[in-house]
Amino acid sequence: MIRLFASRAFFKGVLVFNSLLVLLPVFFLLNSSLREDSSFAANPFSLARKPHWANFQTVWSDGAFATYLKNSLLITGGSLILTLLFALGAGFVLGRYSFKGNGVIYGFVLTGMLVPAKLAILPLFIQLKWMNLLDSHIGLILVYTSGALPAAIFIMAGFFKSLPNDLDNAARIDGASEFQLISKVLVPLVKPGLAIVGIYSAIPIWNDFFLPLVFLQSPEKKTIMQGLTVFFGQYASQWGVLFAGLTMAALPLIVLYLILSEQFIKGLTAGAVKG
Amino acid sequence: MSVGGLKRQQRKVIWILLTPALLTVFAFTTIPAVTTLSYAFFDWTGFQRLGFAGLDNFAKLTQYPFKDQLLNALRHNVLVFIGIYILQTSLGILIAYALWRTTKGQRFFRTVTFLPVIFSLVVVGYMWQVMLDPYYGPINQILNGIGLDNFAKPWLGSTATALPTLVFINLWRWVGFPAIIFLSGLNAINTEFIEAARIDGAKEGQIFRKIIFPLLAPSMTIITILTFIGAFEWFDLPFVLGGSNGNPAGATDTLALMFYRLSFGTVDSGANNVGVGSALGVLIFLIVGLGAYFGSNFMRKREVEQ
Repeated sequence: MIRLFASRAFFKGVLVFNSLLVLLPVFFLLNSSLREDSSFAANPFSLARKPHWANFQTVWSDGAFATYLKNSLLITGGSLILTLLFALGAGFVLGRYSFKGNGVIYGFVLTGMLVPAKLAILPLFIQLKWMNLLDSHIGLILVYTSGALPAAIFIMAGFFKSLPNDLDNAARIDGASEFQLISKVLVPLVKPGLAIVGIYSAIPIWNDFFLPLVFLQSPEKKTIMQGLTVFFGQYASQWGVLFAGLTMAALPLIVLYLILSEQFIKGLTAGAVKG
Repeated sequence: MSVGGLKRQQRKVIWILLTPALLTVFAFTTIPAVTTLSYAFFDWTGFQRLGFAGLDNFAKLTQYPFKDQLLNALRHNVLVFIGIYILQTSLGILIAYALWRTTKGQRFFRTVTFLPVIFSLVVVGYMWQVMLDPYYGPINQILNGIGLDNFAKPWLGSTATALPTLVFINLWRWVGFPAIIFLSGLNAINTEFIEAARIDGAKEGQIFRKIIFPLLAPSMTIITILTFIGAFEWFDLPFVLGGSNGNPAGATDTLALMFYRLSFGTVDSGANNVGVGSALGVLIFLIVGLGAYFGSNFMRKREVEQ
């Protein structure tokens, strides 16, 4: 009994220790974003008792940062809408219709999951240049959509397959067209799948650094993660401003995560768990 | 509606709903993936393709100046894989097991454990760069404060510590991922086995070694493969903290960084070399593909045997 208690305490200790390792740097990040630059040299730890909101003002009024954020929202949002829309349609067809070629198309989609985007970057670069889509948000959105789609279709087809066939027949007998069947009957039922696909696709796109680095050159087109590298060089000595910038880049996801942590964990591990 | 009418309508629906998705994947994933292999067999000037080069680009990788860079980068990828694999797997299992054994507050601890996974590596990298600042950074201040002055170092600035430091930062950001995968593996275990063993008087350590750990094999396969792929395509973190040359002095260079330099050139090392870059790309693809294939085969077999 004593031994069991001791081991229970040990594992609790592991969790508490791990939580401190995670939370202290995050707290340091948030706290530092509210401190005056001059206060760091004396003590890197002191609490921001009087929040120095001016840091955020500096970040925001440095027009470029707001532009980066806007671009990231646009690119992530655009890719997300296309991915959800296309995956919903393709997932419905592949998951619910049996027709000649279904298996072949499904296999083709699955091979798309195996391609490491980084290594196909050169042909992609030349192709986008040729299509006049280099240094363009639309080009990047299409590349992201294409990268997210295979897994998204795979997940959506699985959700569509799991619904009983009687639903379709009942809706058809009531005179619903196939599109009404999807939008009125099935979409509400596959919402959890859409949530998983949304998170699975949106987080890596928002956080991505590599593709914007290669594809976007104009300063006014850069994304937030790409822009942070510029920003970081500019404000290297102003830690308060620096941390305010990092906070603004990370905060949207932190807040969403705290609200939807279950969906986030499911969504981000979806690719790892076999279907 | 007649069956024929439904079939006709469905054909139209298939056409309308599949085309956008298939076209996008075909144009922006399939075509680049298929053509990328051919790039390595041509000479290039800038992004202009010249004549057929046979295996010349691959041969160049084994010659000056690429050979030394390649070996240096490859060595780092191997070290990073070993380091990340050992640390993230063992700590991931420890945290997962602790979460599994804890009912009170499990939800809170799980949320915290996974939190860094949602962070961008750019944010994580810069956050740690400031924390590891040699003069004002809190890490060195703590070390000085508790009398460990000798350990206060320019962590990211010295060739001896830069790579291990990056591995540590990667660990901070990613260990929650294997932890959650192992936790879902633990949750899938039928607790009757464990209860029975406990009634038979087995110790907790024995239960873990003999029952729980073997049953985690499927999760172990996933984590091993993902870690392998991640380690040999490692790019974002070394790029953010060491630039495309893998500073300091190439101490954090990786295959993916070298691939990037060759593909797109850099400010200081000049023009790009698409041919040799593509050859390196093929090499990375082979390492990752073959490693993942044989690795997963080997580990799946282990799963079955147990």
